[in-house]
Amino acid sequence: MARHIVARISEIPAGCNKVFGLEGRDIVVFHVNGEFFALLNRCPHEGAPLEKAACVARLTSPEPGIYQRDRVGEMLRCPWHGWEFDMRNGQSWFDPKRFRIRSYPVAVESGAELQKGPYVAETFPVHIEDNYVIVEV
Amino acid sequence: MSDVIDRPMLDQEITAATRLKIIDCDIHPSIHAHSDLNEFLPKRWQQHLKEYGSHLRTPYIGTTPYPRSSPLIARRDAWPPTGGVPGSDLDFMRKQHLDPFDVEFGILQVLDLFIFSQQNLEFGAAIQRAINDWQLAFWAHRDPRLKASILVGQDGSDLGLAEIDRCAKTGEYIQINVSPRANEPLGRRRYWPIYERAQELDLPLGIHVGGYGGHAPTGGGWPSYYCEEHQSNAHTVASNLTSLVLEGVPERFPKLKIVFIEGGFGWIPATMWRMDQHFERFRSEVPHLKRKPSEYVKQHFWFTTQPIDEPDEAKHLRQLIEWVGIDRLLFSSDYPHWDYDDARFAFKTPLTDAERRKIFNSNARAVYKF
Ligand code: FES
Repeated sequence: MARHIVARISEIPAGCNKVFGLEGRDIVVFHVNGEFFALLNRCPHEGAPLEKAACVARLTSPEPGIYQRDRVGEMLRCPWHGWEFDMRNGQSWFDPKRFRIRSYPVAVESGAELQKGPYVAETFPVHIEDNYVIVEV
Repeated sequence: MSDVIDRPMLDQEITAATRLKIIDCDIHPSIHAHSDLNEFLPKRWQQHLKEYGSHLRTPYIGTTPYPRSSPLIARRDAWPPTGGVPGSDLDFMRKQHLDPFDVEFGILQVLDLFIFSQQNLEFGAAIQRAINDWQLAFWAHRDPRLKASILVGQDGSDLGLAEIDRCAKTGEYIQINVSPRANEPLGRRRYWPIYERAQELDLPLGIHVGGYGGHAPTGGGWPSYYCEEHQSNAHTVASNLTSLVLEGVPERFPKLKIVFIEGGFGWIPATMWRMDQHFERFRSEVPHLKRKPSEYVKQHFWFTTQPIDEPDEAKHLRQLIEWVGIDRLLFSSDYPHWDYDDARFAFKTPLTDAERRKIFNSNARAVYKF
């Protein structure tokens, strides 16, 4: 898997996302509660752009009248038909065996570390104090 | 088994799906601002709209149908970057839908201002006139792909007939739209003058789901959830199809073409089977019918495909299409609403090129005489 530096963390503020064209596919990187998740920017149902998805909580109900919200902001609700996906692994919340979004490993590394590697030289010559978001494709 | 899609949109995929130009029978334009209607609405009714607004046949006074599922029931990506509501910006509609899908013709279905359900019939008629004119000025005249329908509130049928005649003279409208949620089932004689006029003018009758009828939308009463209400669209269409057929509308108006829009099509085979079965048993109750109910359905009615049914197994969708009849189906996207169908991915069953051509283009071309 190739590692791509896609952005400085400051370029994807919390609660936002950004789309990157990596190796011919559009990959959307979400920043939620201090974590980053990368997914194919395309719903497996009819292909909607997931960058426009709502980042919602997981809502469960053990019995009628009792509702629980957790994992706030970590569930993606497709902008078209509303299918929900777990941002961590792309798993569909509905019919999880059949559908999931392709997800990609994401890492955050400091510029100082990156400078040691092969990735930085021309691309990010300055701001080595920043942290960068790395997506593996 | 997981259907993981991990590939980009390939060029051949785009062309394969849209190789043939598409006729989309259900596109929703929206009014950007009520003031857009001013040039078509007499001062008296502008004032009325401002002071009294809509007076509808809904038991929940003051409610609007929004939000349902998502704001303005729209795709979350359909809000124009220039502001305004989904469906209100022609350039954005072109960019997001008409151009990439190579839409040859798109039929406009206006839902704004609940035309069909206005209790004040004169106000309703004034709004109909205004919206019918606005469809031409703001849409059809600006993009020749877009086609307008004559919206008619069937409960003031003399006003409706006058409006049909006024619009038909222009030669620019391609169908006459009535509501599926009228005061009575659509087969009743009180609505026949409209059907007669549609037949005379050779304009199909379009019936788009939605609106308020004043009656509960299901035989079981008022639904609690949107999820439940959305389901009722199919029941509403099924009961109107039954009413139209059994009250003898296609028998009485044999040249009338009727198109049900946004009711899906999964329910049609069972409805036909059951009507035929009952017809065998109770023929003497409906002696005005000369043929089996399903024969009327297969000759006089068409159905748009959205929202498409998604059975677990692809072959079941295939069977469904065959039972309904491949020549009965007209593709529709429902752009820009949340339950939009993407022409490339909605049919999760193999279709031959000839079948695709029918559903995506030539059936509609024949019905609407494009
Ligand atoms: S395209 Fe995502 S839920 Fe249908």
